[in-house]
Amino acid sequence: MARIAGVNIPTAKRVPIALTYITGIGPASAKSICESVGIDQARRVNELSDAEVLKIREHIDENFTVEGDLRRETQMNIKRLMDLGCYRGLRHRRNLPVRGQRTHTNARTRKGPARAIAGKKK
Amino acid sequence: MSRSVWKGPFVDAYVLKKAEASRESGRNEVIKIWSRRSTILPQFVGLTFGVYNGHKHIPVNVSEDMIGQKFGEYSPTRTYYGHAADKKAKRK
Repeated sequence: MARIAGVNIPTAKRVPIALTYITGIGPASAKSICESVGIDQARRVNELSDAEVLKIREHIDENFTVEGDLRRETQMNIKRLMDLGCYRGLRHRRNLPVRGQRTHTNARTRKGPARAIAGKKK
Repeated sequence: MSRSVWKGPFVDAYVLKKAEASRESGRNEVIKIWSRRSTILPQFVGLTFGVYNGHKHIPVNVSEDMIGQKFGEYSPTRTYYGHAADKKAKRK
């Protein structure tokens, strides 16, 4: 069991894949972590020595915002927009798409599951 | 794609002129502008602009966070109060 960046315990997967289980680390940054720490990407997490895990942990602490901190940061950014009273903030408040997408149809990610409208069909 | 840096921020010239005039006069009046496309510059902080939304001038108090955005973002052009509840649905 390797604990990296707080609660995350990735498994017997290859190192770059396991690292993407951390919020804020995708395939690209996972690869770059492996390169800068000097770990072969074919190796698996359970093959790593404690020293190597420590190295990865330190590298992430130094160079990335991750997990709770990252979530807090994005929430703060959204909150800032909402308090400002600008158009993007209004869209966030109403839970509608922010970047000018159509809302006549689609936009289900933001609007949530479709609600039936009474008496729409004949 | 974002605007090239070498061009500098876009602001309609009359907005700059009006802002400067109001700053010199010292009175904090609403500066009526129609230019929703102008960028909010650092020297506009603290002034109040009336940004036209096609119907009337919406007063916008410029704060530091707004720098770099456009005036139009603070003056919504659409009115929408939600859909009226359907009569048929009520009867049921």
